[in-house]
Amino acid sequence: MVQHYLKVYINLNSMKITDEIIDKHGIKQDEYKKIISLIGREPNLLELGIFSAMWNEHCSYKSSKKYLKNLPTKSKRVIQGPGENAGVVDFDDDDAIVFKIESHNHPSFIEPYQGAATGVGGILRDVFTMGARPIATLNSIHFGDQEHPKTKNLLNGVVSGIGGYGNCFGVPTVGGEVKFNSSYNENILVNAMAVGLVKKNKIFYSKAEGLNQPVIYVGSKTGRDGIHGASMASAEFDEDAEEKKPTVQVGDPFTEKLLLEACLELMKDDSIISIQDMGAAGLTSSSVEMASKGNLGITINLDQVPCREEKMLPYEIMLSESQERMLLILKSGKEESAKKIFQKWNLDFSIIGKTTNSKNLILNFNNQEVANLPLSSLANNAPQYDRKWTKTVISKKKQVQSKYNRFGILDSLKKILMNPNNSEKSWVWQQYDQTVMGDTIQKSGGDAAVVRVHGKKKGVALTVDSSANYCLANPLEGGKQVVCEAWRNLIASGANPIAITNCLNFGNPEKEEIMGQFVEVIDGISQASKYLDFPVVSGNVSFYNETKSKAIAPTPTIGGVGMIKDINNMITINFKEIDNYIFVIGKTSGHLCQSEFFNIIVGDNDGPPPQVNLFNEKSNGLAVKDLISKKLVKSVHDVSSGGIIVALTEMCIKGKIGAKIKIPQNKINLQEYLFGEDQSRYLIEVNNKNKEKVSKFLEKNNTYYEIIGKTHKESLDIDKEFNIKLTDLYQFNSFWFNNYFKENQ
Amino acid sequence: MKSTVIVFPGSNCDRDAAIALNKFNFKNSMIWHNESSLPKTDLVVLPGGFSFGDYLRTGCIASKSLIINDVVQHAKKGGLVLGICNGFQILLETGLLQGTLLRNKKLRFISKNVYLKVTNNENSFCNNYKKNKIIELPIAHNEGNYFANKGILKDLEQKNLIAFKYCNIKGDFNEDSNPNGSLHNIAGILNVEKNILGMMPHPERLIDSILSGEDGSALFESLHKFK
Repeated sequence: MVQHYLKVYINLNSMKITDEIIDKHGIKQDEYKKIISLIGREPNLLELGIFSAMWNEHCSYKSSKKYLKNLPTKSKRVIQGPGENAGVVDFDDDDAIVFKIESHNHPSFIEPYQGAATGVGGILRDVFTMGARPIATLNSIHFGDQEHPKTKNLLNGVVSGIGGYGNCFGVPTVGGEVKFNSSYNENILVNAMAVGLVKKNKIFYSKAEGLNQPVIYVGSKTGRDGIHGASMASAEFDEDAEEKKPTVQVGDPFTEKLLLEACLELMKDDSIISIQDMGAAGLTSSSVEMASKGNLGITINLDQVPCREEKMLPYEIMLSESQERMLLILKSGKEESAKKIFQKWNLDFSIIGKTTNSKNLILNFNNQEVANLPLSSLANNAPQYDRKWTKTVISKKKQVQSKYNRFGILDSLKKILMNPNNSEKSWVWQQYDQTVMGDTIQKSGGDAAVVRVHGKKKGVALTVDSSANYCLANPLEGGKQVVCEAWRNLIASGANPIAITNCLNFGNPEKEEIMGQFVEVIDGISQASKYLDFPVVSGNVSFYNETKSKAIAPTPTIGGVGMIKDINNMITINFKEIDNYIFVIGKTSGHLCQSEFFNIIVGDNDGPPPQVNLFNEKSNGLAVKDLISKKLVKSVHDVSSGGIIVALTEMCIKGKIGAKIKIPQNKINLQEYLFGEDQSRYLIEVNNKNKEKVSKFLEKNNTYYEIIGKTHKESLDIDKEFNIKLTDLYQFNSFWFNNYFKENQ
Repeated sequence: MKSTVIVFPGSNCDRDAAIALNKFNFKNSMIWHNESSLPKTDLVVLPGGFSFGDYLRTGCIASKSLIINDVVQHAKKGGLVLGICNGFQILLETGLLQGTLLRNKKLRFISKNVYLKVTNNENSFCNNYKKNKIIELPIAHNEGNYFANKGILKDLEQKNLIAFKYCNIKGDFNEDSNPNGSLHNIAGILNVEKNILGMMPHPERLIDSILSGEDGSALFESLHKFK
């Protein structure tokens, strides 16, 4: 779309801005009027492009800002909340952890390898921009139905793209989730999270300070890729999604690795005043954000921007989303020493401008001023909407036993294990380097991944979670649940949960029901994160995940970070010894609506999701945490999708130890007990010696528990129902991916 | 004992190698690829990673780095050289070891722990392992599929120059226990003088019981017996 105008783009001021051009830039007529009133004249094409880049949904958060303000963002440990390149939390001693999750959904659908790769690249830059060395990445990826013609190619491309970037960069990819649902058929989700470690006194921010300080461009050259990428991600797809390929950036993880090392080398002394990566909307947003945060002006000479191609125009230079670039403001006088570092790493280094007191963004090209815009018009005065929304209607459908009690337990379990959502995912993880850096002490496949803080006793526990079907059925409860799920996963690894980052994936916010999903999900997230003292420190919003008016299920993805003070207290999900007791912590009432059992076996997607009782969540979780720190438990696993029986199966398979289960006398039937997805529950393994101690502790704590059996040799036995060998369970569980890709790895 | 880790643009296991060497009491220095000479050293380590982005061909551009001249001299004088993963690929490109590494048979990156049999322990790198011991180490590579012509393979077998072979937990060599399609299940090879070892698995990543094993430790301990 852009190229078309560039053909006639000779003199910026001579080109008439027509309604069609405004529309092609995704700017509404009333927004255009606002631009004119803010700058007191009509913008030229370059300026219009800049407004389009800054005012699109992706960069301006114009539909979401009003609600994002309600998220709890503070706690004793939060050093930096939302608003910077990434969030920062105190990690004891002189350490801090920097982390953020971000979406790269639209580009990944158009070009899965590069879309996913640059998603990883972008989030890594957000983290090392702040001075942190990345120590782990995670991801949450969602695809359409397994039968959908695009799914296989997209899955394959996204996984190799994530691996291709992270592996080369040299950061371990330690965890994540892979899910399938027809709502993602035409809009896949690729959410990437990066986590870095930094010294508390060496955190770098993006706020510019000081007049006449040099503005430096470092990294890769600017090319014609990714032009208007952020605008593309701020609209629905139509039939021509494929034609949008030129808006997808191309990643070069090798250059990113060089950029990391060069930046960290420069950050050792105090040359940098501020630093910002060029992500969405490239040079435009980085320069605008840095200057406007510092309440300064900025002048850039576009002739000095290193370009990959000849005769690049200001419009292209300002709107390119070429990867692996950074913008720095240096202390004047430090240019030469900084330049040497970037030269050593074979990276471009160019002084492209300076900070001014004009409070305007001024761009010069060929000795001509080509743009002059008040920064406030681009950043603070960007439109904000209070969009109309409607409450989601919650199904009040009740479970009717006669509809599901005919489904056999073993047969249902098999089918659930063989479903791609629950299938063992080593086909995916094995394409990610999980052990580079030598500190990964718990890899994918448990409740949380754990990375040791290098050279220390403490570890960072990490998880990424989403539960779109719960959120679709009840956005408020779903929003709460997904925060609790992340909290629970951290607890179950022995960690103290600290904070979260969120990636909010939704359809078109201009539609009332979609906006309603968003508003209620945020409310749910807020309630849970406030109650659990688990604040949101960073994140992003991805709207317009919609094709031909069909939206994805609302999918908030939560990335959680926790601390394990002593990694020797880390715990895993695998059963450790035979003849130990298996406890269920938390009450099982047998909620089946929206469960895997209902979705996969019964084929019923109606009804409300399980409710989260935040009081029980916290109380059960803290009880489990206490038991872990007292070293009274051998293994812990939270009970989530698939219920108790799926959790048990996973503990058995991972530990290569079986279990003999006798269901307590209950009012609920077997399907409800084993497949129910009631929240706030854990399975724990306790040896004979500690059984009394644990029981007494739980009773004293008023924590509900049941003992459901013992670990034993090589099979899973459910009293009076079946017994099945673990090797068979493993076969079912590992079947799907290998079969789908016709591999036997 | 003194060691030197060469750092290429794109190396990403250089720090891991240095940490392992320090742990096993090497006095280690890091040398940038563009230096012209090595410091006084007993051991040179070419680390894993994606030197020069693995563009062109893995290890190819790195093998033309300035420092490599001195590494070759060091090796020819009998100095120890260890190439891990990308370092192994570089060694093959320099010609210090023979054969080549193709893309993995299934054309995918593979990151997992594998079993290896120590098929030669009469060398400076493996003397602390028992012969035919089965050990577990991680692999993480895209191009680890060892290939060589019949003559080279015959030479490797007859002269006992294969240090490690991929196997299963029982020590069997078969297709299932071969993660990447390497001929003869080869995971690591030596030169005739046995002062150079190139291997795809990462011993430096498994030197700590909390990392699920310590089978990499014996390799670093072995080196101290070098005279």
